[in-house]
Amino acid sequence: MAIELVRRAERSTLLSLTSPLIALALALVVGGVIFGLIGVNPGKGLYTYFVQPLTAAWSIKDLIVKMTPLLLIGVGLAICYLANTWNIGAEGQFALGGIFSASIPVYFPHSGGPPVIIAMLLLGIVGGMAWAAIPALLKVRFGTNEILTSLMLVYVAQLLLDWVARSPWRDPQGHNFPNSRPFSPDQLLPNVFGLRLNFYIAIVVAIAAWFMLKNMLTGFQIRVLGQAPRAGAFAGFSQKRMIVIAFLISGALAGLAGASDVMGPLGQLKISISPGYGFTAIIVAFLGRLNPLGIIAASFVLALSLIGGQQVQIQFHVSSQFANVFQGILMLLVLATDTLIFYRVRIVRRAPAAAAVAVAGGAHGAQ
Amino acid sequence: MGLNEITGILLAIVTASMPLLLAAIGELVAERAGVLNLGVEGMMAVGAVVGFIAGYDTGMPVVGVIAAVVAGVAMAAVFGFFTLVFVTNQVASGLATTIMGLGLSALIGDKYVSIPGLGLSRIHIPGLTDIPLVGPVIFGEDPLVYVAIALCVGVSWFLFRTRAGLVLRAVGDNHGSAHALGYDVIRVRFLAVLFGGLCAGLAGAYLSIVYTPQWTPSMTAGRGWIALALVVFGTWLPLRVVIGALLFGAVGILQLNAQAYGIAVPSQFLTMLPYIATVVVLVIISGNRMLMRSNTPACLGQSFVPDR
Repeated sequence: MAIELVRRAERSTLLSLTSPLIALALALVVGGVIFGLIGVNPGKGLYTYFVQPLTAAWSIKDLIVKMTPLLLIGVGLAICYLANTWNIGAEGQFALGGIFSASIPVYFPHSGGPPVIIAMLLLGIVGGMAWAAIPALLKVRFGTNEILTSLMLVYVAQLLLDWVARSPWRDPQGHNFPNSRPFSPDQLLPNVFGLRLNFYIAIVVAIAAWFMLKNMLTGFQIRVLGQAPRAGAFAGFSQKRMIVIAFLISGALAGLAGASDVMGPLGQLKISISPGYGFTAIIVAFLGRLNPLGIIAASFVLALSLIGGQQVQIQFHVSSQFANVFQGILMLLVLATDTLIFYRVRIVRRAPAAAAVAVAGGAHGAQ
Repeated sequence: MGLNEITGILLAIVTASMPLLLAAIGELVAERAGVLNLGVEGMMAVGAVVGFIAGYDTGMPVVGVIAAVVAGVAMAAVFGFFTLVFVTNQVASGLATTIMGLGLSALIGDKYVSIPGLGLSRIHIPGLTDIPLVGPVIFGEDPLVYVAIALCVGVSWFLFRTRAGLVLRAVGDNHGSAHALGYDVIRVRFLAVLFGGLCAGLAGAYLSIVYTPQWTPSMTAGRGWIALALVVFGTWLPLRVVIGALLFGAVGILQLNAQAYGIAVPSQFLTMLPYIATVVVLVIISGNRMLMRSNTPACLGQSFVPDR
């Protein structure tokens, strides 16, 4: 027995709209099975994980806090992936954004006000861009695999953050905790209608990215070069230029996310400033089907899964890493349901003779 | 520095390079068949925790090693099922496998963190192991080192001296032609991916059973990723991968020793060394187009759907 894919005559419109939802539903089923395996009542587990966070005001607020960086980073990564460029180092670019923006409160503790806040955000953007520029330039100049270099730089960035927060920038009045001095209130992002400013920035960024991809030449070039590099080359679009642009945009957004997290919920630089946003955002980008508007919804779902992970830990003493297991499964299922947009699945029972030929062909060759 | 210290450093380098070598040799086979498996880190993590627990609970490290191998193969089967049967994007699926694997390892190992475990001891052959300097390095390693050597020799022989190895390379270089000749591309790739998972599981077991021996979350520390880089560094040739693994083992031991001697550089910068070395090495190798072009599997990372 084997599973075969048969190309559909036309892509399935129904599936292309519903595939993320189908994937999510399947992932929840698998999540329930895992709960069962580790001795948690699947119904209660799934409720705690995926519904309960939506029932309290504080957890909804926390949801928005966690959704914001995922949305910012996810939009940037989607642009990269549309261009068929693999930036998987957003976690490091996020850290650099945090470090760069924290430099102002550390060196100018008494500064503050809107110009300083804007400068801090811009510094964060610069930090993220600089870190993303390394794999992009190595790729363009030497053809170095950007997947591996961008990922290696995550480890380097985290160690850099660890050093900065422990040694040169440690708060002298901080009782030896590895933190920078707390930022003063006028160095933090303000609240607008009860939500921090970066949430609105993230929504605007998503809409702007959607507009750019749909209506502007750069967006068109990104999509053409991603899907049909040869066609793009004939049209005179530069692949190298696009790799650099895609990396810089995603680095900038990851840096912005890092800056606005240290200027918001954290309020200081710490040795660890992210629960893996840079990696979770990869899943956000795919669950949103690389569409910035879809990514708004996807960032909500994955923020929910992060908070659900904490809730599960509190209630059932299960590692909060359950969230990562769920996210990995969700991503695989999203990719698989995407395949179903273009292919039908057929389960075939091979006739014994045909199977024998296939085995012989596989093992010894058909000569 | 006396002879004993030199022997000690050589032994440490071999030990540090083994997890990299084991994972890389498996990935080399998968990539030769045309599959880019970015899930190595996750497969290693699951192998490490399952191996540790099985070894600890049964009191037999060997059982741990076997369990780790089974776990690695199981993870690889999931990855293979999605990328080969459902032709999902290999890069994205590999990342998902790593995220899932790291999460799964933390979930499974929650109650086993930092418990001192049972290790595999180094072998001792009277006479041979007692030879000064080289004796312990050649005749006194832990058993898995010899398994790793056998694997590397076996892989090299299989890929370049057997018909099946030729088929595997053909599948990786031109899946369309291989299919047209009647080879089952998906099947060959699936087996190659499973072998990769087997090796990654073994690499994980090496970390939690031989190297430390204990289990801590995220103890793989990017070694799966460095193994991927080693395959590129070795330009898909087993012998060069061995050299690369020893080189990276040496970098790791160098930075540990530098930290121990209290060199006036913050420890974080020393810990960065293997990661920076990986980037530098990748740049040097990929800058050399000739070297890259001659051995890179032409269909690496590309999905294949047979026409029916």
